[in-house]
Amino acid sequence: MKIHIKGGRLVDPRHGLDAPRDLFIAAGRIVGIGAAPDGFSANRVIDARGLVVAPGIVDLAARLREPGFEHKATLESEMRAAVAGGVTTLVVPPDTDPPLDEPGLVEMLKHRAKSLNLAHLHPLGALTARMEGERLAELAELRDAGCVAFSQANAPLPGTEVLWRALQYAATFGYGVWLQPQDPSLARGGVAHDGEVATRLGLGGIPSFAETIALATVLSLVRITGTRVHFCRLSTAEGVAMVRAAKREGLPVSADVAANHVHLSDIDIGWFDAHFHLVPPLRSIRDRDALRAGLADGTIDAICSDHTPVDEDAKLLPFAESEPGAVGLELLLPLTLKWAADAKVSLVDALARITSDPARVLRIGTGHLGAGQVADVCVFDPAAHVRVTPEWLRSQGKNTPFLGYELPGAVRYTLVAGHVVHEAPLA
Amino acid sequence: MNPVLPDAEALVGELVRQLAPRVTPETGMIGIFTGGVWLAQRLHRELGVALPLGSIDISFYRDDYAKSGLHASVKPSQIPFDVDGRHVLLVDDVLYTGRTVRGALNEIFDYGRPASVSLVVLADRGGRELPIAAQHVGAHVTVPEGSMLVLSRSDGGVLTLQLERNA
Amino acid sequence: MRNPQLNAKGELRHLLTIEGLPREILLQILDTAKSFLGVTEREVKKVPLLRGKSVFNLFFEPSTRTRTTFEIAAKRLSADVVNLAISTSSQTKGETLLDTVDNLSAMHADMFVVRHASSGAPFLIAGHVKPHVHVVNAGDGRHAHPTQGLLDAYTIRHYKQDFTRLSVAIVGDILHSRVARSLIHALTTLGTPDVRVIGPQTLLPTGVERLGVSVHHDMAAGLRDVDVIVMLRLQNERMRGPLLPSAGEFFKAYGLTPEKLALAKPDAIVMHPGPMNRGVEIDSSVADGAQAVILPQVTFGIAVRMAVMSILAGASA
Repeated sequence: MKIHIKGGRLVDPRHGLDAPRDLFIAAGRIVGIGAAPDGFSANRVIDARGLVVAPGIVDLAARLREPGFEHKATLESEMRAAVAGGVTTLVVPPDTDPPLDEPGLVEMLKHRAKSLNLAHLHPLGALTARMEGERLAELAELRDAGCVAFSQANAPLPGTEVLWRALQYAATFGYGVWLQPQDPSLARGGVAHDGEVATRLGLGGIPSFAETIALATVLSLVRITGTRVHFCRLSTAEGVAMVRAAKREGLPVSADVAANHVHLSDIDIGWFDAHFHLVPPLRSIRDRDALRAGLADGTIDAICSDHTPVDEDAKLLPFAESEPGAVGLELLLPLTLKWAADAKVSLVDALARITSDPARVLRIGTGHLGAGQVADVCVFDPAAHVRVTPEWLRSQGKNTPFLGYELPGAVRYTLVAGHVVHEAPLA
Repeated sequence: MNPVLPDAEALVGELVRQLAPRVTPETGMIGIFTGGVWLAQRLHRELGVALPLGSIDISFYRDDYAKSGLHASVKPSQIPFDVDGRHVLLVDDVLYTGRTVRGALNEIFDYGRPASVSLVVLADRGGRELPIAAQHVGAHVTVPEGSMLVLSRSDGGVLTLQLERNA
Repeated sequence: MRNPQLNAKGELRHLLTIEGLPREILLQILDTAKSFLGVTEREVKKVPLLRGKSVFNLFFEPSTRTRTTFEIAAKRLSADVVNLAISTSSQTKGETLLDTVDNLSAMHADMFVVRHASSGAPFLIAGHVKPHVHVVNAGDGRHAHPTQGLLDAYTIRHYKQDFTRLSVAIVGDILHSRVARSLIHALTTLGTPDVRVIGPQTLLPTGVERLGVSVHHDMAAGLRDVDVIVMLRLQNERMRGPLLPSAGEFFKAYGLTPEKLALAKPDAIVMHPGPMNRGVEIDSSVADGAQAVILPQVTFGIAVRMAVMSILAGASA
């Protein structure tokens, strides 16, 4: 299959490119940029006039809910949602049921994903057995089965001693560890940012220092062990400052933020709207602004969807009892574009946070449109808007704080390894 | 054209004449908010009724509550004498459908069992929807369709009957 | 954001929290309650307002006292009352909160009086029921207990008349108290210029001063020249643990004794939402003393709940 993407605006952050260029694809790879290679004759020409041609999106956190939570979503439903959102590579946290602490589970997941032939899937392995924070999982076995790094997902961080040993062990083999920095004892019973809103609503609070204390602990251990650590879902202004300082210090750390947290704050909870029940909690406007600043200056490497399909029954509960999380695979691009517009960030820089930068965190070669690259491409209309409704969402989960919003950026074509896996030409 | 309305002050005098022979030291008098209480205050004073005046707000007994809800300014009902076995004069300004009186009777019976209740009104405009009649009437008045007959009271305490268009 | 308690005409449809309600509505409730107080003093303590209506007391958290006051209030309005104590265990059997509500709605409930351990549960129910059904929050988690806040306001108005020149101190476990939150909203809405909360740092929620109160940790300073003292109940499970070392130590610092009461104005009143822990937050001689108005609070509570139910039931969708 030879594809010619014609007349588009090519935006490739890795190469700092934002210019009108045609893209030529053959045998699943990019074979020409600007000019067609000799003798190229396209089987298909995609008219990309007025559209942006970008690398496929790399999402550092998307729960597909298999195995164990198939009533909330399935691999197939969520992979289709991913490509509808222009996401061609996604990282799956290990918080399935059972958790991804067995090589067999990981292999099965990878196999199932491959047979669907949609997006590339990279599982994170559990850092500790059953993610209970007591015993190390078989990291090397999991690595061999295809895990890109190791994580506790949203399960409590292990105690300091186990954490230290886990980081040591991972460093021994050069594995990366992804941690959501939150002190478990300070977060216990909390469902919202410990501030005026939680006080008003009588919701259990999670103080900002639950994040900074965990960050301080992990950073201290990183100084000792040298482990590559990726901090998942930063939520506080102080946390951003600590990661900024750690990077300046030269520690091997990176960080991401969930798209929801780039836009929302605890005030948006309103009268107990469970769609705003997220992990970590939505914090103050000041925190949100600091997250945006951290994104702009590169302290935060990536925006992820933190996609979490939740069935309706689990959201139709009092706020604290509702299951946290929001879907986001299809909103990652629109929310990134909205951030770019709000914060006056260039399209190249904005797209870097969902393509080349997360690919760098993952240490995979994708996330750009260099010649010879696997042709993962997202073609979208930057001027069109999408209206977020349950019907519009392809994800089986309809839970998002952005229901009813109009957001910029409509994906027209998604290509994975040179195949058009999603197309939605002008309706 | 509006009919000529009777002079409320003259009707008060008329009612005083009618009631004077009936009032005993044991007579209880209760006015219905708001106009009925104004009238009852005058009658109470001019007849020299010995027991203190009672007043009731029938908001809690209205039969149109389900439709119209609770009035924003409910006044406390007060019957400062024992109604059991007593002859009670119930006073309202205008008698129309009879529903207000029905509510007032219900409320009085929640305070006790009077020996008798006589209804005193300044004006009877007809149009009854319930089998209720007044024993003492200042005047019978014909009211044009779409209008309400209302009692008003000046700062000086002078009572006047007026017509108002229905809302 | 539209207040979910009000209908399009701005009338009170549900009572979920005092926060955000206009002053006029609070005054309407207090005025109406005054009229009902007369009713509760008569021989027949009943009015026919809610005749034929069904009020369901839906208590997911046990509270005989509050349930009883709502039951009496509903019965005095001639409503049919159904009491349901729903243990959370039946909920874990798979029936969700809204399943329960749907089931009861099918039995033609006109009003739900809801108590729930989870903050916000009554909002969820109010957003789910049919338009003609009304919801009264009888206490949700730490969030709100609006009828208690209103009866406290009623009591204060009864003894002190004018809110706009009062100093009110609320003492004790503010962190876990829905009573405190609702009273704070009532007082600030009604124009009380000086509302103080007094307690150790461990029992004061983050940012409480943003609710419009001043924060004190010391009873001597906090009680000085106040007109009203509201003592909060200290839950047993809080008396020892990370928040407090012991009930005795709490009483020493924050228990209301005659000596501490003497710091307030001589005519200050002492309130308590009940049930009291004598010797933990309040000394018996104060609880039974001349300045205590704790029993009148209970009486006023019935009238206030009658007022709330009759105003809600009269509001259209």
